[in-house]
Parts: sequence; structure tokens; C-alpha cells
Amino acid sequence: MKRILVGIKRVVDANVRIRVNPDGTGVMTDGVKMAINPFDEIALEEALRIKERGAADEVVVVSIGIADAQQQLRTALAMGADRALLVRSDTAVEPLTAAQVFLKLIAREEPFLVILGKQAIDDDNSQTGPMLAALWNRPQATFASKIELAASTAKVTREVDAGLETIEVDLPAVITTDLRLNEPRYVKLPDIMKAKKKPLDTLTLAELGVEPRAQVKLVRFEAPSQRQKGVLVKDAAELVGALRKRGVI
Amino acid sequence: MTQVLIIAEHDGAKLNPATAKCVTCARGLPDANITIAVCAADATAVAAQAAALAGVARVLKLENPANAQPLAALLAPQIVALAADYTHLLGPSTTFGKDLMPRIAALLDCAQVSNIMAVVDATHFRRPTYAGNAIVTVECAPGAKLVGTVRTASFEAAGGGGAATVQAVTPAATLPAHTRFVARAAAKADRPDLQSATRVISGGRALGSAENFKILYELADELGAAVGASRAAVDAGFAANDMQVGQTGKIIAPELYIAIGISGAIQHLTGIKDARTIVAINKDAEAPIFEIADFGLVGDLFQIVPELKRLVAGSRALKAD
Repeated sequence: MKRILVGIKRVVDANVRIRVNPDGTGVMTDGVKMAINPFDEIALEEALRIKERGAADEVVVVSIGIADAQQQLRTALAMGADRALLVRSDTAVEPLTAAQVFLKLIAREEPFLVILGKQAIDDDNSQTGPMLAALWNRPQATFASKIELAASTAKVTREVDAGLETIEVDLPAVITTDLRLNEPRYVKLPDIMKAKKKPLDTLTLAELGVEPRAQVKLVRFEAPSQRQKGVLVKDAAELVGALRKRGVI
Repeated sequence: MTQVLIIAEHDGAKLNPATAKCVTCARGLPDANITIAVCAADATAVAAQAAALAGVARVLKLENPANAQPLAALLAPQIVALAADYTHLLGPSTTFGKDLMPRIAALLDCAQVSNIMAVVDATHFRRPTYAGNAIVTVECAPGAKLVGTVRTASFEAAGGGGAATVQAVTPAATLPAHTRFVARAAAKADRPDLQSATRVISGGRALGSAENFKILYELADELGAAVGASRAAVDAGFAANDMQVGQTGKIIAPELYIAIGISGAIQHLTGIKDARTIVAINKDAEAPIFEIADFGLVGDLFQIVPELKRLVAGSRALKAD
């Protein structure tokens, strides 16, 4: 069976105004809207399109986290994933641990493609994809904006600082998604009902034989320093005058 | 002593300014001894530029035809083969570094700290999370090898005048054949680079079309500025992806940033808040961008931008007289 593995991270919704909690141990999450990490949604959409083109048979979504991450996995199933795996962890795992979890799942599921988001919008680490590719000893194609699959290779266009770069990788491989890869579909109500019947299995880190690492301790969270609000100028001439006075033009 | 290895970013001929910023970050580590690794087919020119950076002790040339393009899967094992001599391995938090450094970290079985914005000491760093809305201080295990990416907007570039020794090394690494470079469609090189430009003008969705971005380019030409864009403008197809400024695009710190027709979503603001001076031009007086702008101008950008161009060109002509 040609299988694609997709990572789904539960994160604070991108539209929520983030506030650091008073004791500096993290950000406020009580009553805050949670969502699938937007890059993971793009990853899932791409996997679904590949399956719909007949180039894959099954799309399996994976999340690592608390029991509530089932909500995001159900949404992923409603989008069209075939089944879901939740690897339970009550504390946030570091990227290297997440990569080790995926490596174990790869051994079980034998996917020909793993698609992950290029970064999660909470910790902004941008690490798991390349870490997984390294541990798996397979190619990585990060920041993908276009994926062309052939029988045993993928041609991937990557959004790099200099423009667009195209590389060819042998399969299996890890691909991480950038914004322009696709526009994820909306979930329809009947699909939400159907998703309730799709398989969602729960595993533990111990069952997978992964010992979570804690190499980077998060000591203290602080709100960023705020810029001072400046002044309004009335027209272009006043603006140019002000900028010249400041010596920036 | 802290032994730092910085992986140079370059295009085969020129060292990327991001590398000089990594040097400044590395110099914040206690008692840092800094080495720069240059992976290239022919590293001569780039190694010479790296050796001239102030504070660098040594430059290693890793010359191999396979290094003609920066493919993480090929570079990582070569860096890993050299890693035993170093306590800290740093790269810029650019697409180059974000692609390469985690691959190195995983092969070394060590942690990575991404987007380092401040070095507290050898084991404590500050980095932004949640699109810069929360700054976290992290603590790494003392004595453990550490990989990091450097948020280049947080550091000045190291100066010149250095005279590091340059030596060629041949790491004992087997390079995979599973990843192959095909092509790169580079943006036009006749404009200042967005990430290192001292002045940047960005356009948002209010520009309305790719065609309308022309007025920004005309103003940028007068100011010698680079041109950027909000995510909304890139998604709408008005601007190329490499122009995107913000949390998931480029993080920049120019002397002057002019946001035109950009409302100022938090994801955009995180990409610009280290700019020295921020100017906002928007017809919506309530736009969040005005909250952080040093100078705001409420009005129609299609009138204001051409007028700015005339005024800037006029004042230049006056000076020339």
C-alpha cells in the first residue's frame, strides 16, 4: 500500500492574541481557540490531493500531544485523512523527540512520503522535518511550494531566500510545506459526521520505545518590548521632512 | 574555551551578510574561539571574505564538486565529521540555515536552539516564540554540544579587518546520492537584497495588483531600497514568495521600513519590529500598523507614493545643485 504520513500539531489558533501568563511559565491557553498548525493543514491537503490523483492509497495523520489533540485529528479525518494516530504526551516534546516518534512510526507504517509543516506557529522551531530526514537517513525537501511525484522520485520546488529552488529527491523522503503549496479545503458538515467513524488510535511514547528528551529547558517567558507609538504626519511633504531630519533618507 | 563552528552561507562567490551576523552572535559566547566552515566547489573567494571578519580565528575550506549547491543532505555529514572539536555549531536563521542545522543536530543527537536573538551565557539564550509575541529564555545542558540558528535581525554584522588562517580540510564523510540539485530561479539581482538592505519598502494587499507594485519599485529606486511584501500580497500573487516579510517569511531589521497598504497583522509585525524607523501609509486610520509606526500617514497610497517619489527625487536634485 502506498502510504503518506502527515504530522498534525495542535497549536493556539493563528488569530488569537498571544499573552504571556503572569508567572512567566508560558502563554495563556485557558479558553483559547486551538487549531491545526496552518503548515500541517497544507501538508494534509497536499497528501489528500496526491491520493485523489491516484498516486497514494492511504493518508495517515499523526499527532503528538495531550488527549485534546484528538480534536485536531478528527478535523484532519474530516478533511479526508483515512486514519489517525495520537501519540500521547502530557508535556510538549522537543523536536528531536518528535522526529524519533515519527521514525518509529515510519518503521510500522512504511510510508513512501512523510509531509510535515515547515514550522509550527507556536514554538517557531522549524526543526522536526530535517531532523526526521537525518535520523531516517533519507532526503529532505523543505519549504515546498510545488511537488511533482514520479514513480521513485519527487521533484520539489522550494521557497528559498534567493527565490525558487528545485531539487529532485529519491523516495521515500520527508517534505516540509510552505505557504504557497496549496490552499487547504474547508471541512463540510457530512464529513465531520463521517470522520467520527474513522479509526483514531492512541499510543504512548513508551509503547513506541521513545524516551523523551529534555535538552532545552524553557526557563522564562516574557512579553516582547513594545515599540513606542509614533506620530501621525499630515502629508507626504511632512513625512519626507521628518525622515530627512532623522537622517534616514 | 567555547569552540564555535559557524557554517558559512554564500552563493559560491560572495559570503552572505548573515554569516557576519552569526559571528557577532558567537562573540557573545564566553571566551569564544570562532571557526567558519565554507562548503563550496571552489571556496577560495568566500573563504577569504570569511577570514577578513573581525573575531574569526580560523576558516576551513570544505571543497568538493558536490558542494557546488547547498544541499543539506550532502553538507550535514561533512559538518558532522568535523563537529567533535566544537561545543557550539551555528548557522543563520535563513532558509539555508533552517534547512541544514536541524539535520546536523539530529545526526549529532543534540538539541537545537532556533532563532537565537540574544546570548545570555554559554548555556542560556533568548529566542522569540509565537510570532515574536513571547520571548523565551532557554537553558541548555552544560557541557552538551549545541546547535543553533541565529536570528540575523538581532545582531549587527561583524566588521572587517580580521586575518584568520585559512586551511583546507577533507572530512571523512560518505555523501548520499539521493538528493540532486535541479535549478534555481533567482530573483532579479539589480535591487538591494531584502535581508541586508538598509531601507525597505513593502506593499500589502491594498496595492491591488502585481502591476500596481510598480509604484513601489519606482520609489524604491529613488531611495536605493529593497522591496518586500506582506503575506497577503504574496498569496494574492502581487509579489514573489521571496519578498514575503514576517513570521513565516523574512525577518528584517533595516534602518528604514516603509509599510504601504499593509494593515499590520501580528505575523507581519514580528518580521519588522527591529527596524530602526518604521513608516506606515494606510487609508485605514485604525490599522494596527500605526500602533508601532514611528511615522504614520493616513491616506490614499496611490496619491501618496508617487508624491513621495517626486519629493525624494526633488530633494536629491536640490542637493546635487
